Amino acid sequence: MFDETVTKAIFGRLGWESFPVHEPILLVTFIGVVIVGLGVVGAVTKYGLWGYLWREWFTSVDHKRIGIMYVILGIVMLLRGFADALMMRAQQAIAFGSNEGYLPAHHFDQVFSAHGTIMIFFVAIPLVVGLINFVMPLQIGARDVAFPFLNNLSFWLTVAGALLVMVSLFVGEFSRGGWLNYVPVTNLQNSPDTGPDYYLWALQIAGVGTTLSGINMVVTIIKMRAPGMTMMKMPIFCWTALCSNVLVIAIFPVLTAAFAMLMLDRYIGTDFFTNDLGGNPMLYWNLVWIWGHPEVYVLVLPVFGIYSEVTSTFTGKRLFGYSSMVYATVVITILSYLVWLHHFFTMGSGASVNSFFGIATMVISIPTGAKIFNWLFTMYRGRIRYGLPMMWVVAFMLTFTVGGMTGVLLAVPPADFVLHNSLFLVAHFHNVIIGGVVFGLFAGIDYWFPKAFGFKLDPFWGKIHFWGWVIGYWVAWTPIYIVGLMGATRRLRHFDDPAMQPFFVIAAIGAVIIAIGIAAFVIQIAVSIMRRDQLRDTTGDPWEGRTLEWSIASPPPNYNFAHTPVIHDLDAWYDMKRRGAERPAEGFHPIHMPRNTGAGVILSALALVLGFAMVWYIWWLAALSAVGLFVVGIAHTFNYNRDYYIPAETVERDEAARPRPVATGA
Amino acid sequence: MRTPKSLFAARRTLPVCGLALLTGCRHGVLDPAGDVALQQRDIIYTSTALMLLIIVPVMALTVIFAWRYRAKNEEATYDPDFDHSTGLELVIWSAPLLIIICLGALTWWSTHLLDPFRPLNRISAEKPIDPRAKPLVVQVVSLDWKWLFIYPEQGIATVNQLALPVDRQVRFDLTSTNMMNAFYAPAMAGMIYTMPGMRSTLHAVLNRPGRFTGLSSNYSGAGFSYMNFTLEGVDQAGFDAWVERARSSGQTLDTARFLELEKPSERVPPMAFAGVEPDLFDRIYNRCVRPGTPCMSQVMQHHGGEGPMDMPSARNGPPAGGQKPEGALFKEGEEKGVGPNVTKPRGSDAPGNAHPASHKNRDMSLAPVFAAPGTPRAATA
Repeated sequence: MFDETVTKAIFGRLGWESFPVHEPILLVTFIGVVIVGLGVVGAVTKYGLWGYLWREWFTSVDHKRIGIMYVILGIVMLLRGFADALMMRAQQAIAFGSNEGYLPAHHFDQVFSAHGTIMIFFVAIPLVVGLINFVMPLQIGARDVAFPFLNNLSFWLTVAGALLVMVSLFVGEFSRGGWLNYVPVTNLQNSPDTGPDYYLWALQIAGVGTTLSGINMVVTIIKMRAPGMTMMKMPIFCWTALCSNVLVIAIFPVLTAAFAMLMLDRYIGTDFFTNDLGGNPMLYWNLVWIWGHPEVYVLVLPVFGIYSEVTSTFTGKRLFGYSSMVYATVVITILSYLVWLHHFFTMGSGASVNSFFGIATMVISIPTGAKIFNWLFTMYRGRIRYGLPMMWVVAFMLTFTVGGMTGVLLAVPPADFVLHNSLFLVAHFHNVIIGGVVFGLFAGIDYWFPKAFGFKLDPFWGKIHFWGWVIGYWVAWTPIYIVGLMGATRRLRHFDDPAMQPFFVIAAIGAVIIAIGIAAFVIQIAVSIMRRDQLRDTTGDPWEGRTLEWSIASPPPNYNFAHTPVIHDLDAWYDMKRRGAERPAEGFHPIHMPRNTGAGVILSALALVLGFAMVWYIWWLAALSAVGLFVVGIAHTFNYNRDYYIPAETVERDEAARPRPVATGA
Repeated sequence: MRTPKSLFAARRTLPVCGLALLTGCRHGVLDPAGDVALQQRDIIYTSTALMLLIIVPVMALTVIFAWRYRAKNEEATYDPDFDHSTGLELVIWSAPLLIIICLGALTWWSTHLLDPFRPLNRISAEKPIDPRAKPLVVQVVSLDWKWLFIYPEQGIATVNQLALPVDRQVRFDLTSTNMMNAFYAPAMAGMIYTMPGMRSTLHAVLNRPGRFTGLSSNYSGAGFSYMNFTLEGVDQAGFDAWVERARSSGQTLDTARFLELEKPSERVPPMAFAGVEPDLFDRIYNRCVRPGTPCMSQVMQHHGGEGPMDMPSARNGPPAGGQKPEGALFKEGEEKGVGPNVTKPRGSDAPGNAHPASHKNRDMSLAPVFAAPGTPRAATA
C-alpha cells in the first residue's frame, strides 16, 4: 500500500506496537519517569538555571566539572541497574515449581541483559573515569587533562550511549543476549528485533568516548606531571589510573571491531558469527572476552589506587612498599591481557590450552595478594582514623579476598567444568565487583567529595549507606554461592528444586538491605547539601592528606594551581607540610585556559540520533545525522576561539579570597 | 603424579559434613553420583584448602591490625616511617607464589586427567576400568529448547530423558542445531558446550543408580529455563529394559520427524523413538539434515585447487584422504595397544619362516660376514 511504504520510509520499523502499551510494569515505570523528568525540568526552568547549566557545566571542558558529571551519571544509572537487580531477585525468589513468577521470559531476559550492561558500561566505567578525571590532574599538579575538548566529548558520548539504553526500555526492546550480547542468541535470524541493535549502537557510541578518554588520561599522566615528579614520585592512584587507561586503549578497539562485525552481520548479512557459510560464533566469544577480562582490571586497578591513597592518609603513614605496589600494578596490567579463555574453559579447547590460561589466571593473584599485604602493613603501626573512607577499605579487605579466592578456584579448569555459568560464578564476580570496585568507588566519593564541593558528606547517613551495603552484600550473595554449589545455573527465571527457594528468599532480603543502603546514599547527598554549612571544610585538607590535591582550596579554582608546584618527594603535599613550605604570595602570571564549547554536546546528540535511527532502520534520519556529525566535527576544527587568559590580577585576587590550606610543619 | 588419597579423606569429610548440613544438598556439585564429578569436587576442596592457607591469615591480620592500630588505642606503637621492609616483601611475594606453584601443578595434572576429550582411566576409586571395554556411545543434540539423545548402538532416541547403565563408561558426542548450549548433569560430570556445526566430546560414568536432573548451563533464548532433562542411573538389566520400552514407543526419528522436532518449542515432555535414521547425528553436525543441503564436510573439503568451493578444512570436518590420526591419549580403550610394526623390514617375512636352519636367522644385517678364526671362509649363502 502506498501509505505503508511511506510510513515505512519515514519511520523505519518504528510503529505503535513498539511502545509498551500492553505491559503494565513498563507503563507504570514510564509514567513515573515522565513525572520525575517533568519535575526536574520544571524546577530547573523555574529557577532559571538553564543558562547556568549550559555555560558552567554542559559545555565545560574543566576536568573537575566533567568528573563530577560522570559521577552523577554513574549514580543515576546505578538506580536503574539496581532496579533491574531487585526485579531479578524477586522473580527468582518466587518462581518455583508451578509458580511462574511475574516476569515472562521475554522480559526477564531483557532485565538481566540490561542489568549487566548498565552496571558495567554506565555505572562502573563512568564512576571510575569520573574519579580519575577529577583527581588525577590535581594529583600530578596539572591544570587540566591533555585534551580538554576530547574529555568533554567523551563524557557526552557516554551519556548518549546511556540515553540509548534508557530509551530502549520504552521504545522497542533491549537485547536478550546477556551483558555481552552473545551470539548465536543475537544473530539476525535468532533476534531480528531491536534489542541487539540498541545494545550495539549504545556501546559503540559510548565505547568511542571511553577510548578517547583512555588516550587523554595516558597522555596527561605521561606528559603533564609537575616538575620534579618523576614516575616513581607519582601518587599511586595515578599509576593505577595510567595502567587502567593503557588497558582501555589496548582493549576497546577489539570490542569495537567485534561489535562492528556483528553489526555487519545484522545489517548487511555478512557471516562473521553465523552458524553457516563460514561463520563461527566462537570468534565472537574470543573477541569479547579479550576485551572483557582486561575490562574488569580497568575497573579494579584505579580502585586499588583509591584504597592505597585512603589507607595511607587515614593511617598517617606512607604507603608500605610503594615500588612493590607499582610493579604489582604493572604486572597485573600485563597478565590481565593473557587470561581471557578462562571465561569459556568449557568450550573444549583441550587440556593444554585450558591449563595455560588457568595457570596464568592464578598467577594474577600473586601481585594482587602482594597489594593486600602492602595495605595490611600500611595499617601496621599506623594510627588509623575511621572516617567513612577507611571503613570502606576494611570492608573491602574482608570481602574482596573471599571473591579473589573463589576466582582462583574457578581458574582451575576441572572445577570450572562444574561451576561455569553457575550462580557460584555469579556470586564470585559480584563479590569482587561489589567488594572491590563498588566499595572503592564509595570510598573515593566519600574521600574526595569535600575537595570537589567544599563540604563533607554527612557521616550519619554515610554509616547507614555503608552498613546497608556491607550487610546487604553478605546476606544477598552468600546464599547464591551455596545455590551455585547445589547445581543452579545462571539466567534462569524458574527453578524446579524447592530446596533452593529459602536461599533465594534470603538473597532477596539482602538485595532489599542494599536498596536501603542506596537510599541512604541518596539521602546522604541531599542532607549534606542542606547541612553544608555545618559540614563545611575551610582548610582544603580535611583528612590530613598527603598528595597535591589537598594543597589547594576546596573547591579548587578553575585553574587548579596558581603556581605550578615543584616536587621533591613522594607524597608531595606531606613533604611540603613537613618542610613548612610556604605558598608564594606574589609573582602571579596570567593563566592560559581552554574555552568552553558546545560541540561535544551537539556531536553526541547527533550520535544519539544516528544510533536511534539505525536501530529503527530510519535510513534518511541516519544519513542526515551521519552527515551532521561530519559537518559539525569539521566545523569545530575551524573554531579558533578556543582559549583565553586569566589575568594575573584576577588570579591574585582569587587566591587571596579563597580559604586555602596552610602548610604547617608536620 | 597422583595425590595420595589418604591426604584427602580427612580433608574431604569435614567440609562435606559442614556444607551438607548447611545446604542439605543431595545431588549438587558437592555430592555427585559420577566419578568425574567426584574428582572435580575433590579438586574444589583441595584448591580451597590451599588458598585458605593464605586467606585465613590475611583476614585475621586485617581484623587484628584494624582493631589494634585504631587511633584511640594509645598503647599501640605508631611508626609513621615504617614503609619498607625487604624481608617482608620477600615473604609477601613468595608465600602466594608457593601456593600458586602447588595449585598450578594441581591444575596442569587435573586438567589433563579430567579433559572431557580423554577416555576415563577408572570407573571409580574402587573400580579400575577395563581398557578393552567399549564405552556406551550417546549422541547429544541440543535443540531449541530440548535435548535429543541418540543411542546409535541401540538404535533408539529420546528427548529430555537420558538413562545410563551404572559403572559403564559413556562417551557423549555432542552438537547443537542453532544455539550454543552446555550439556550439564551436575551429579555425573562437568559440563561441555554444544555448538552448531561442531562436535564436542565428553567422557563420563555414573556410579550409583538414581534419578538426577540435567540442564543446559548456557543461556540460549526464551525456552532456556525449562531445558531440563532427567538422568536415570540403572543397572544393566534396568538399562536393557529401558531400551526395550523405547523400542516399543512406536515412532521413528527420521528426517521429517527431526525437522519437526527442530522447530522451537518449550517445556517439551519426555519422548522416545523406536528407531533412528542412521547417520542422523552426522548430518545434524554437518548441518545437512534437510534433503538437498550440502554437508559441511563436503563444502569445506580441500580439493587441492580443483573445485570452485576450495576452502581450507572446516573446524571439525573430516579431512580429505581419510581419518586424522588420533593421539594415543584420546584413543578409546579398545583402540589402544600395539599398532602396526612400522620398523619391520620391507619385503618378505623373516627367513626363519621359510628356512628354519638358515644362518640368516641369526644375522639379518647386510654387512659382510667374517669367518671365525680357524674356520674356512664361508661364502655368504
